[in-house]
Amino acid sequence: MQDKDTLTTNAKDVIDEGVEKGLSRLTPEKISKVINQVLTKETGARFKAYVETCMRCGLCADACSIFLSNDRDPRFSPAAKVKQTILEMIKKKGKVSKLFLKDAVRIAHAECNVCKRCSMYCPFGIDIAYMMLLVRRICHKLEITPLYIQDTVNSHSATMNQMWVKEDEWIDTLQWQEEDAREEFKDLRIPLDKDGADIMYSVIAPEPKFQAGLIYQAAVIMHAAGLNWTMPSTPGWDNSNMAMFTGDFEISGRIAKAHYEAAAKLHVNKIVMGECGHAFRSVYDVGNRWIGWTMPPVKLVHAIDFYHDLLTSGRIKIKEKYKKTVTLHDPCNVSRGRGLHEKAREIVNILCESFIEMTPNREHNYCCGAGGGVINCGPPWKNTRMVNNREKKEQLERTGAKVLIAPCHNCHSGLEDIIEYYGVEMEVKFFGDIIYEVMEKEIYQKRRLK
Amino acid sequence: MHSFIHFIMGPMVWISFMIFFFGVIFRFLKMFKLINEKEIFIYTYMSLKYSFRSIFAWLIPFLPVSTRKSPVFYSISYIFHLLLFLVPVCLLSHVLLIEESVQWSWFAFNDSVSDTLTLVIIFSLIFFMVRRIVVPEVKFLTKPSDFIFILIVGLPFVTGFLAFHQFFAYRWLVIAHVLSGELMLILIPFTRFSHMFMAPFTRAYTGSEFGSVRHAKDW
Repeated sequence: MQDKDTLTTNAKDVIDEGVEKGLSRLTPEKISKVINQVLTKETGARFKAYVETCMRCGLCADACSIFLSNDRDPRFSPAAKVKQTILEMIKKKGKVSKLFLKDAVRIAHAECNVCKRCSMYCPFGIDIAYMMLLVRRICHKLEITPLYIQDTVNSHSATMNQMWVKEDEWIDTLQWQEEDAREEFKDLRIPLDKDGADIMYSVIAPEPKFQAGLIYQAAVIMHAAGLNWTMPSTPGWDNSNMAMFTGDFEISGRIAKAHYEAAAKLHVNKIVMGECGHAFRSVYDVGNRWIGWTMPPVKLVHAIDFYHDLLTSGRIKIKEKYKKTVTLHDPCNVSRGRGLHEKAREIVNILCESFIEMTPNREHNYCCGAGGGVINCGPPWKNTRMVNNREKKEQLERTGAKVLIAPCHNCHSGLEDIIEYYGVEMEVKFFGDIIYEVMEKEIYQKRRLK
Repeated sequence: MHSFIHFIMGPMVWISFMIFFFGVIFRFLKMFKLINEKEIFIYTYMSLKYSFRSIFAWLIPFLPVSTRKSPVFYSISYIFHLLLFLVPVCLLSHVLLIEESVQWSWFAFNDSVSDTLTLVIIFSLIFFMVRRIVVPEVKFLTKPSDFIFILIVGLPFVTGFLAFHQFFAYRWLVIAHVLSGELMLILIPFTRFSHMFMAPFTRAYTGSEFGSVRHAKDW
């Protein structure tokens, strides 16, 4: 393990090729033109009210786990992030240096999870995450977005999924999972493009890419519950959206639109999505607005909601409760973002024998530290991310639980990083993993050993 | 000199109130114009129910988690904001002045109560000032203008207190008291004092988004 203090101070020295190359292309004229364009044309009354109403009282500081992780270093409080980025841009009328922009990219992309916890601690409800996303919008337009997350956006743009999964690979993966599952479960199917199905099931691209087992589990759950479901074979199957976090709203809107259209083409009643938080934010709260829908045009059901329904209605029965002591991480985008935290607790109590609450919890839970596209900024930023996640680590340790349920992909990866980096003895699981393990399923033929 | 005093204690008071009043209206008109031009969707997401839910929740002391994290600051801030309105409005000599000029009258504190409450206000302001110097995360955010704001709020109370006790230069203190009170009124709509009427709106919007879209509490 590296010395944490040197890492904190080194945050300024992180070299991100995307940022460096982007900065080298910029001219002072371009910088001020882009900043002023965004600040005057793309903002309105909300931004003005936020900037003019903030009394700099500093109460938002205690909301931010990154501030707490850095020993209350004042540079990391939410309002300080605004002061060091967008307020300075306003003050200098866009005439800021490249060095300033390098700091702004770091602050907005690596030191804020846009988790919106601070707007619950500001007496005026000022939405600082919105302002950090504005900084990212400016960075996007200046083409200085961190390399790895930009690559993800490029993938979205070219393939409509975030992992460069080709169409034949996608279909092949689903059929492979179906074939495998049929060896265990009689008549199990992963129906592709089934017109008029009740449910369209959607996932994020990392599932077919390297977590195909999750699709297998989902298929088993659907099969056991006897549901009329389908998955689209064409683009639009990926519900994830990194463009939303880089400020590339145009591509972000296209991604959400493709998703809704896939559902519309199949005439399904609703979209059920896997355990992912940011994807839910994209299609439930953000993408729809960009393409002109107040609320999503299709009914969207997050996995928590879906499992809750299956378990409480008795469509899925539990054979034997999960034995190990579990704790629950509330992902920001489905708790603070959709209020699913109570349902999540009910699921835990149905599935598990012993449950320890994490504090703070529910709407007040700390972000996993990976959210808001921070983990997607990739390896150059991993060490600083780990330093910024110390508070989360302490929160996890305080529970003393052996199993950590995190119903979100981003959280999952981020929490696994924390556990590995700090040597916490914990195992991260999805709800799907536990349901699959404890549910009643009729195995028709034991899997052959290969 | 006499006519100057007459002016600042007569017409200037009304002028200040007019500037305050029309200034606030002007700010609102500007805000609604901007919303109509660029963010018309704000009306779509605004919900009366959740706006009030959020505003009321934040008015209840120590209901929001944030208020429990900084109990001292919140207690002082809460009392300060309450007194900032109550003391000038219910000060016996203010009530008498108003009764003399327009024949309206309402409840007034007796002088010793007002005197004590004024000291509470002054000490709160000193607390805010010290906090800006001592607490690192607040110090980092503080600009010189923040101290000027504290001074502007403090002046009418300090001068009023001194004048009431007639320690020295009574006449000049009264002039300073009236002028600083007027200055504050005039500045409210055009400076960050405007949080007085803007904060309920920012709170309402966040409350609406949290309530009707996110189905979550925001306190």
